[in-house]
Amino acid sequence: MTASLSKGINAFKEVIDAPIASFFSSCVHCGLCAEACLFYTETGEAKYTPIHKLEPLRRVWQQEYTLLGSLGKLLSLSKPVTDEELTEWEPLVYDSCTLCGCCSMVCPVGNDLTYMIRKMREGMAASGHAPEDLIAATTRAITIGSPMGIKWPAVQAQIKHVQADTGIEVPVEREGADYLVLMSSMEIINFPEYLSALSRIFKQAGVSWTLASDAFEATNSGIQIGSSDLAREIVSRIVVAAERLKVKCVISPECGHAFTALRWEGPNLMGRPFGFEVKHILEVLDELRAAGKLKTRGKDNRPLTYHDPCQIARRGGVVEQPRRLLSEIAADFREMPDAGVMNWCCGGGGGVSAITRAEPLRLQVFKIKKGQIEATGVQTLVTACANCRIVIEEALEHYHMKIEVVGLTELLAQYLVEENASPIPSPVSGRG
Amino acid sequence: MKQAEQLDNLPGTVGEGLTQRGISRREFLKFCSSLTALLALPPSMASAMAEAISKARRQSVIWLSFQECTGCTESITRSHSPTLENLIFDLISLDYHHTLQAASAEAAEHAREQAMKDNAGKYLLIVDGSVPLGNPGFSTIAGISNHDMLVETAKGAAAIVAVGTCAAYGGIPKAGPNPTGAVAVGDIIKDKPIINVPGCPPIPVVMTGVLVHFLTFGSIPELDELGRPKSFYGETIHDRCYRRPFYDQGKFAQSFDDEAARQGWCLFKLGCKGPVTYNACATTKWNDGTSFPIQSGHGCIGCSEPNFWDAGPLYKALSVPASATSEMLGAAAAVGAAAGVAITWHNRSTKAAANTAHEKVTVQELTQEKK
Amino acid sequence: MSHLDLLTFARGSALNWALMLCVAGVVLRLFEIFGLGRKADLAKPRAARPGSGWRTMVTRSLPPEGMLKHDPVTYIGGYVFHLGLLVTIFFFAPHIEFIRSMTGLSWPGLPAALVDALAVAAMAALGTLLAHRLNNLVKRMLSGIGDYLAWTVTLLPLLTGYLAYHHLLLEYTLMLALHLFSIELLLVLLPFTKLFHTFSLFISRWYNGDLFARKGVAS
Repeated sequence: MTASLSKGINAFKEVIDAPIASFFSSCVHCGLCAEACLFYTETGEAKYTPIHKLEPLRRVWQQEYTLLGSLGKLLSLSKPVTDEELTEWEPLVYDSCTLCGCCSMVCPVGNDLTYMIRKMREGMAASGHAPEDLIAATTRAITIGSPMGIKWPAVQAQIKHVQADTGIEVPVEREGADYLVLMSSMEIINFPEYLSALSRIFKQAGVSWTLASDAFEATNSGIQIGSSDLAREIVSRIVVAAERLKVKCVISPECGHAFTALRWEGPNLMGRPFGFEVKHILEVLDELRAAGKLKTRGKDNRPLTYHDPCQIARRGGVVEQPRRLLSEIAADFREMPDAGVMNWCCGGGGGVSAITRAEPLRLQVFKIKKGQIEATGVQTLVTACANCRIVIEEALEHYHMKIEVVGLTELLAQYLVEENASPIPSPVSGRG
Repeated sequence: MKQAEQLDNLPGTVGEGLTQRGISRREFLKFCSSLTALLALPPSMASAMAEAISKARRQSVIWLSFQECTGCTESITRSHSPTLENLIFDLISLDYHHTLQAASAEAAEHAREQAMKDNAGKYLLIVDGSVPLGNPGFSTIAGISNHDMLVETAKGAAAIVAVGTCAAYGGIPKAGPNPTGAVAVGDIIKDKPIINVPGCPPIPVVMTGVLVHFLTFGSIPELDELGRPKSFYGETIHDRCYRRPFYDQGKFAQSFDDEAARQGWCLFKLGCKGPVTYNACATTKWNDGTSFPIQSGHGCIGCSEPNFWDAGPLYKALSVPASATSEMLGAAAAVGAAAGVAITWHNRSTKAAANTAHEKVTVQELTQEKK
Repeated sequence: MSHLDLLTFARGSALNWALMLCVAGVVLRLFEIFGLGRKADLAKPRAARPGSGWRTMVTRSLPPEGMLKHDPVTYIGGYVFHLGLLVTIFFFAPHIEFIRSMTGLSWPGLPAALVDALAVAAMAALGTLLAHRLNNLVKRMLSGIGDYLAWTVTLLPLLTGYLAYHHLLLEYTLMLALHLFSIELLLVLLPFTKLFHTFSLFISRWYNGDLFARKGVAS
């Protein structure tokens, strides 16, 4: 068995629905979506115009699902979509689209272009036109359990460290816990502070939580590559674990697309609503804060800004929570221009950060973020997505910018009021 | 009014005739001034015109009436006496006009034949009414079909004036379904200059004005592409309408007896065809300059335009579809819906087939086999 | 065939067919879109939905903050054109009369001089937008024959209407007939070209607003 063009076209036909038909019908070719795409604004290359990235899908819609298009096809007046064309489109659909959703916010006729790119990737993946690196990551996620190839023992090792550092037990496989905590590969490998911070906050708040040995990984390469079949397999691990452990809520970690995969796509992939809730960690923390269970002491005097991860803010609706949490601990919080739902993407979402060949492009388009950060004049950037964090850190290094990037959860933990706990760590000590 | 016996006593030139009738040169000049204005000629032309007309020989005129209602004749007789328009008739020799002439039967036809013979190549032929081609028997005079009489009389004419919309364009007789196969003079006669003076009926002074022009210059006036004298038919009623400012301000009467109508607002919405009707009603007016239809509260019906009777309902605004109905649109929507159901069924089958053909994607199948 | 005959045809059979094709086409296209259906979203929407489809249908008429300066020509040109066209279509008394005859709905018109000025502005905007389309890399790449066709058939009714109103170029009755023919061309092409956005943009905006609102974002 192999991927093929016919499978890809078949997938295009499957995903085209009323919204997509309406979007393609409405496009007036005004080109304004380009102005909302950092891949266009930072390169000036017309091919990065969002609606242009959808051209093969549009043609399949026109040829299969419109009267005039079908007639054109019948009379061989229309150009069928070819493998060569999809090969040409691969970098447009994957390397230069982070599914950030900005174009969907500005399109004057209301086209949700991001919705369409996500659907288009189904056909790109099925026809064998997904980037190699994403195929490799997805293969690891399916066969090993994590796109970065992390297995449970690695998590166990981290749990040991955290327990040793904090003196707090990290609950594993605890049936009936309120919350099932997930992590992203990045957090397991690069940002171990997350688990430690969470343990301390939850201990203090008296939250009952657990990790699951067979469902610790929240990321979902299936979503990024755009294959629902694979995404379903990955998300089902979490659903099965959550149901087995009878948790009330699954917490998506500081990771953008993991939240989208679980919260918005999850039930649709599984074909049934979940019996548990799905929340982003910032939502949980803000709820704890509101309930008076998350007490902090002192303020961070460093000028801080917050980078809204696209999937958390614009496509996740978590915008006010990080600001409320930051207002508890930040003495000098500064918003970036365009902050909130119109924030510019880091340039590495939607799987782009996993595509090696896209790195020069990703660094090039980071200039827009660079400008935003520079406008605030801060030296410390807070965010709530491990992928944004690693992409931003790499780009900052590339541009020789001395700016520290911290996760919001770990920053909060630094100011946590803990009864009978070790002294508060120094605020200036960032990530090691 | 021609009396056959009078013909013999008439003087040779118009000037002599005027003197005989006690018309002063001053009065005549005044008349000529008003005619130059009417013909859009410079005022200085008035005395030249008076000179020309005075010296002109009495013009022989043959007036043929075919499928018509005599409205045109009625109209031309309304050139109020004792105005000079009336006298103009004394200036021409109206040799045949079966409504106005006293002679009848063979004597009448003889008058026509005599005039044709005496003035061969010089007489002016005036026609009112359309000509039926459906069956020669539909309209005959002295046993001669309209068509034959027209062809015969036109032969020796210097020029033809088609008076009234029927003669000029076919008019009401030609309106759908045109049972008599009515046509205009110009549809039959191709080798003579024809001046169309349309209107149902034409304005009296327009008719006399055209005659005066022919008398003065011995030629036909400048015509537009529909054969009408530009000096009378150069502008639309709408353009010269005294109610035009209301149109521009968007002030319209909604019914014939509402306050807006009483205020004299624009009648566009009540179906006025002024914007597409080329005629002089708004400037010369009728009944010695008393009024014209719009001034009297009724929209223009466009009676001087070709096929005006079939140009949409009289009381529907010009911008309104002539015959489209909401039922028509409802039917179209139903057809669209039926086609829509068909294409939806087709689309759903396509999509269902795609769903059936879906093979579960596995990680082993994310690349194409190298051929 | 005299000009009035041409106008009679334009107001009669030609208009009937154009209107019927347009209505049938629009209904067909709506079926074509809605008939494809949409899977129910099984993800629980956010309780607090700051947005909605209906809201986006309205708010998307305004540029998002900061976008205006990215492409002022498209935005300002777009506004001037659309407003000019809307006023010309819906507030010129003869046009209102047309609508009243078909629907029974009626409202006061605006002075002809004002409508005239806005029609000129709309045509100027169309010209500017065409120049922009030809000069801007993105727009030029996206544009095909359909875009230029849509531009042409949109300009023609404005232009012929303007020329007719001012008695320019051609005889009024003929120009009025041409004005109607150009509208008929527009009506027939509307359902099957990008001009269909006249209808579908409301559907698109509704979907957009709904998709975002479920996630707690006012789009």
